Amino acid sequence: MRYFKKDIITPAQSSRWSHIWAGFIGDKLATLALAIFVFYCLVAIFAPLLAPYNINNPNFMDLENAEIAPFWISGDSRFLLGTDAQGRDMLSVILYGTRLSLTIGVCAVLIQTALGICIGLISGYLGGRTDNFLMRCADIQLSLSTMMVAIVFLAIFQAMFGMAMYQQLAMLMLILVIGLAEWPLFARTIRASVLAEKQKEYVDAARIMGISPKRIMFKHILPNTLTPVLVIFTVQISNAIVAEAALSFLGLGMPANDPSLGALISVGFSYMFSGSWWICVIPSVTLIILILVMNMLGDGLRDHLNPKTYKD
Amino acid sequence: MFVFLLRRLVQAFVVMIIISVISFAIQNKLGDPVLQHVSMTVAPAERAQIRQDLGLNDNLVVQYWRFAKKAIHGDLGTSYYYKEPVLDVIFKKLPATFELAFCAIVMVAFIAIPCGILAAIKPKNIISRLVVALSTMGISIPIFIVAIFLVYIFSIQLHLAPSFGRGQTTDVFGLWESGLFSKDGLRHLMLPSISLAFALMPIFVRLIRAEMIEVLQSDYIRFAWSKGLNTRRIYFIHALKNTMLPVITVGGIQAGTLVAYTILTESIFQWPGMGFLFMDAVSRVDTPLISAYLIVVGGIFVVTNTVVDLIYGLVNPTVKLANHGL
Amino acid sequence: MNLLSVSNLNVNFHLKGQDLAALIDVSFTLNRGERVAIVGESGAGKSVLGFSIVNLIDKPGYIKSGSIKLDNKEITKMTRPQLQEVRGKRIAMIFQDPMMTLNPVLTIGAQLVEAIRSHTRISFKDAKNIAIEKLHSVQIASPEKRFHQYPHELSGGMRQRVIIATVLLLNPDIIIADEPTTALDVTIQAEIIQLLLDICRNNSMALLLISHDLGVVSRIAERTIVMYAGRVVEEGPTLEIINDPQHPYTQGLLNALPQMALPGQRLNQIVGSMPPLNERPTGCAFHPRCPYATDQCRQQQPGFINSGVSTVACFMVEDMLTDTNSDYDEEID
Repeated sequence: MRYFKKDIITPAQSSRWSHIWAGFIGDKLATLALAIFVFYCLVAIFAPLLAPYNINNPNFMDLENAEIAPFWISGDSRFLLGTDAQGRDMLSVILYGTRLSLTIGVCAVLIQTALGICIGLISGYLGGRTDNFLMRCADIQLSLSTMMVAIVFLAIFQAMFGMAMYQQLAMLMLILVIGLAEWPLFARTIRASVLAEKQKEYVDAARIMGISPKRIMFKHILPNTLTPVLVIFTVQISNAIVAEAALSFLGLGMPANDPSLGALISVGFSYMFSGSWWICVIPSVTLIILILVMNMLGDGLRDHLNPKTYKD
Repeated sequence: MFVFLLRRLVQAFVVMIIISVISFAIQNKLGDPVLQHVSMTVAPAERAQIRQDLGLNDNLVVQYWRFAKKAIHGDLGTSYYYKEPVLDVIFKKLPATFELAFCAIVMVAFIAIPCGILAAIKPKNIISRLVVALSTMGISIPIFIVAIFLVYIFSIQLHLAPSFGRGQTTDVFGLWESGLFSKDGLRHLMLPSISLAFALMPIFVRLIRAEMIEVLQSDYIRFAWSKGLNTRRIYFIHALKNTMLPVITVGGIQAGTLVAYTILTESIFQWPGMGFLFMDAVSRVDTPLISAYLIVVGGIFVVTNTVVDLIYGLVNPTVKLANHGL
Repeated sequence: MNLLSVSNLNVNFHLKGQDLAALIDVSFTLNRGERVAIVGESGAGKSVLGFSIVNLIDKPGYIKSGSIKLDNKEITKMTRPQLQEVRGKRIAMIFQDPMMTLNPVLTIGAQLVEAIRSHTRISFKDAKNIAIEKLHSVQIASPEKRFHQYPHELSGGMRQRVIIATVLLLNPDIIIADEPTTALDVTIQAEIIQLLLDICRNNSMALLLISHDLGVVSRIAERTIVMYAGRVVEEGPTLEIINDPQHPYTQGLLNALPQMALPGQRLNQIVGSMPPLNERPTGCAFHPRCPYATDQCRQQQPGFINSGVSTVACFMVEDMLTDTNSDYDEEID
């Protein structure tokens, strides 16, 4: 309500982060999401130590152990989450898959962020024709949709270089495609913040003092635009992971012998019909929880970073 | 209006040129066209002759010009695998994709709009709480997982609907193979269209709810209340029209996502549509088919975006169509 | 008998688990044809008061207690259909920003006609005629043309006229105008004020003007209510209050007017600013900014007394009155 918003005090910059942190920790759902996300990260980093089997060992695949149900059904304590059709231990495969999915997601979003921040800053600061042109590009890129661009690009790449070569480069390609395709979101947000910040007096003051535009952008404007970037960053990681999973599911992503979560689900899908549901369901649940947590984290950050929003 | 259409036409032209260049590059660079005509055993001299005959030694611009001229006449080459003109192959699959997308869009429109409105105007209601919770969950569940679970529940466990193929189709005026007019066709359509709708639903429910809440807090809605209008008029005449403006824009943007999702859905359900055809073409390196698919999808894109902009201009009086570029 | 009487109205906002008071024990009355102004800085609760009268406060806000009676009928207890009858037909509102008050996707005509048709059974054609006549009466040129236009095709002043026409359609008893001229150019402000004044006089409508502009208030209102931090602090005839303000806050408001400062001199602003809802001080809410504050002011909320000029809630005024009274008494002895 208009009447009330005016009365909300904006705390000083220094105490602001501690204030946000306190609010964030007070939000049970967001704290839970953060805890689960940290857990996922730890699992991803220490996957080689945590996994009961070494997936690079040639003995890892053993057809004699194929399609063993999870421990609570089969009672086989060697494989906590059962095995897949090639006799691989599901737990180990999922740990490595999570590691791969998170790595691709985070790297892709880092590319997006770098690209988006640069383009957004240039666009917002220079304005005029450059701005017009860059934003038009962003519009077109957005309307083409990441998935569409990624599918077409990867499909052509696969057709051009053949399966074998593609499988070696799959991870790099996924990071690049997802990273390059989603920059407009960051660029637009940064641009909007820059335009808003540019109006403020401190930028004028800095310019009058003879500080160069580059320095103004990076030293003065950028820190003030970081809050929205942080929110988008979290949500975008979840989007990147979904995109990677979908592409892998289509057979355009990670190959079956070096599977991400999406590739695991894709392989497992055919075993749904034969009754070995765990091959598909367990990686699916792992993926869903990861994405849900990222989205909840994003929502939580949005609520607490923006002093104007309040819950009724 | 005229200016708007003209601008749109120019834009469409530019977009189509870009797409055709990409398509041309694919056809030209992917695979060796000569090998598609003759086998590996043919002598190098003879192959060179075929190269010459096919015009592959000409300047690239000349080759593109030839490609474009043929494309305008509807000749985008012959599929390596089907041995048929690629456009014929694609147009044979078009109805399947169209019907799938159509059903999904109808479902989204008829479920997302009421749910979003309800969640906005009655936030305390049990159903709207459920809607909000489900849409938050839904946005986190990738479409292929939704599809897998639908298949598992309705196809494997309950045997309610088949999990692949299109089933029986009827011929409509010899133009259109439709699955909408037979019980079998509709049963086959069920799971794929629900999955596709599922993928788009949460985005729209959340968007409509958020927009509606914002609109309802605006001064003009308050003024409408202060005039003593009845609730129905305020929600459905005053608020809904303003809510739909951003929804239309986002709808246009989501067209690309929809195409991508049809590829996913069709792959999962082996739905004999354009997306499935495209993935097949990719695995067979059927380059004319790949490039033709891009051109057709590009065309659909341009048309949808123009239509969306037209609708937006008609709904929003503050937009003069002439000033509204892409 | 009063047309509108508000007594002990308390409005709270439920925010982040806190229950914050926006209006505290607000009471006042409005007679038929009377023009009353509510004055105060932004955040004083003026707008909340205006909206609560027609029960239109936004979600986190609610009426906690108190009564609002229109012709002795309790508005706070009305059902939704009953409220719809009151809104527009008995009490109409004019909002602050004419650029935001009209629905951008509906024509002016549609927004006028719907107001009539939702209260009276009447054909579209008749409703249109009434609408055009009212547009004419607020001095809008070529109303037939405007009828079919959209809000964005009109200027701000024009839109405010359209809004006033909308309000006139049903001949309400009370118009609540929430800062009707703040968003307009100075020249147009004067025209709109004159228009409002004429309309109220000619149709003997009561006006509740919410404003922070004492210049505007002095031109229109017969009676003025001064609010600070959700409470009424002073109430009385406009002329008397402006000539002899009793409450230190009212004095501060008047001193802050540009007319009160000599050229080249700083404006006499009141030091500090209105406390936000969650930081209301104890005792008299004005004491941190008041030059005359005493310990009593910091601890107790002053009651209302009649100073002879106005009704005012201030210990200082109270003390002065008792002092003069006792002096007087002594003289008689």
